[in-house]
Amino acid sequence: MSGQRQRFTPLQRLLHWLMAACILAQLFIGVGMEATILPKYLTLIAIHKSLGFVVLVLALIRLAVRLRYGAPPLPADLPAPMKLAAHLSHYALYALMIGMPLIGWAMLSSADYPVLLLGGVRLPPILPQSDSLHTLLWGAHFCLAFLFFALILMHVAAALFHGLVRRDGVFESMAPLPSPREEVMAAE
Amino acid sequence: MEPRRSSARPLFGALALILVVIAGSAAAFAFAAGWFSPQQLTGDRIVDAFKLPPGAPLGHRRNHAKGICFTGVFESNGAGAALSRAPMFKPGQYAALGRFNLGTPNPDAADATVRVRGMGLRIATPDGQEWRSAMIDPPFFAVSTPQAFYEMLIATASSDPNVVKAFIAAHPEFAAFGAWAESAPWTASYAEERYNSLNSFVFVDDVGAEHAVRWSLLPVAQVQPISPAEFAKRGPDYLEQEITERVRRAPQRWAMVVTLADPGDPTADPSKAWPTDRRTVEVGTLTVRRIEAERDGPCRDINFDPTVLPSGMRTSDDPFPAARSAAYAKSYDRRTAEAADYPRTAPGAKP
Repeated sequence: MSGQRQRFTPLQRLLHWLMAACILAQLFIGVGMEATILPKYLTLIAIHKSLGFVVLVLALIRLAVRLRYGAPPLPADLPAPMKLAAHLSHYALYALMIGMPLIGWAMLSSADYPVLLLGGVRLPPILPQSDSLHTLLWGAHFCLAFLFFALILMHVAAALFHGLVRRDGVFESMAPLPSPREEVMAAE
Repeated sequence: MEPRRSSARPLFGALALILVVIAGSAAAFAFAAGWFSPQQLTGDRIVDAFKLPPGAPLGHRRNHAKGICFTGVFESNGAGAALSRAPMFKPGQYAALGRFNLGTPNPDAADATVRVRGMGLRIATPDGQEWRSAMIDPPFFAVSTPQAFYEMLIATASSDPNVVKAFIAAHPEFAAFGAWAESAPWTASYAEERYNSLNSFVFVDDVGAEHAVRWSLLPVAQVQPISPAEFAKRGPDYLEQEITERVRRAPQRWAMVVTLADPGDPTADPSKAWPTDRRTVEVGTLTVRRIEAERDGPCRDINFDPTVLPSGMRTSDDPFPAARSAAYAKSYDRRTAEAADYPRTAPGAKP
């Protein structure tokens, strides 16, 4: 391989797929726990708080890795509006990966709830109790969750479009394993 | 033209596949969010079932809306440490914050119109652990399950007597609660009430052994029964005036007593009292030293969520604490969003 990398580094791909699983679980658990009063409510909320913290830590590591290693260039023939959409949606995804856990943590702090994670870890409050901040943060956490899910659906649709329709290597750049096509190319 | 025709079909297939993946994911999300099961009970639906009288002020708790704050200490005698490794069971004094309240959604209800009295309590240790609970004075709960509780709210809000009759027929345990409400003596003071957890919890001790328990706060004050008619004459806000005056004169005390279940006792059903001969352990004393009006008081913005527990305590197979936690959180979200309707008055109070 010469010049710029065609694929994300293995560490970036690992972080991407690990976080994909965590974030999808977070979104489904988040809406699921709001829809029940059964004892599983407590289990779901405990997982949601803990996994949220994991996502925050992974997102910060990922941001640092991204700043260090960058990303493969988008195909030169990709239309400008699609390039712009790709860049903006990735800024938004990073903002949400870091912002959502912080908003959740701040929201609990502003309601004077202890932030207890699985395993008995207790996070300190990051805000004092405040009715107005709690209302603002709760609304933000709720609305941004749906925005986050919608962005992920767009991201998946775009990834499949690259992989199945354009076949321009963008999907392969983040694929968990090299595709057979790439292996043939590598062997040549 | 040939190549284009041959590529049109795979293109259509690829776009159809993308559409199916996206639509399927969105549908799964909606399913998880309960949008296809509108009958499923949620915290929001329970809170919706508490009907405020027209004109009642906003910004208050959705139930147990009338209340007054207290602060004081919980002094542990160390006996609880044999049952639970919770830090507030080690001998010593721990900060206590709480709220005396009436079991009504109406913050302006007259005291004599409300049968159930309660206490919210938070005991905190210096390492930041908290034990929150919300207790009431009946010796057992009105219904067996959260679903039945919801049905009770719907039935009691209904103007159709047949709805109430159908509810009572379907929930025989409710009759015992009705009998308690009819016959139990009234008092004229929050200080003379016994407050019971009713829900069972599990205490975990130092060696990991588990004990199913309920707890109660037993008043040290002499209980002086009063007839409901006599009590009504004292005025609509007598309880708050009385406890303020009483604590100003002298701190008020309760003994905290933990009751241990025998194997087979109904831990999952708070409408069933355990036999009176069960082993009890007095673990300490709650001393209430100061009363403050709720409006500017320290209890106002605390959710006495009974699932906020220290290490050494956890929920049991009783389904109520989870349901209460879900509903209390919604009540908290709504009343904090209405804070402008319940403004603080003290200078320098938080916005």
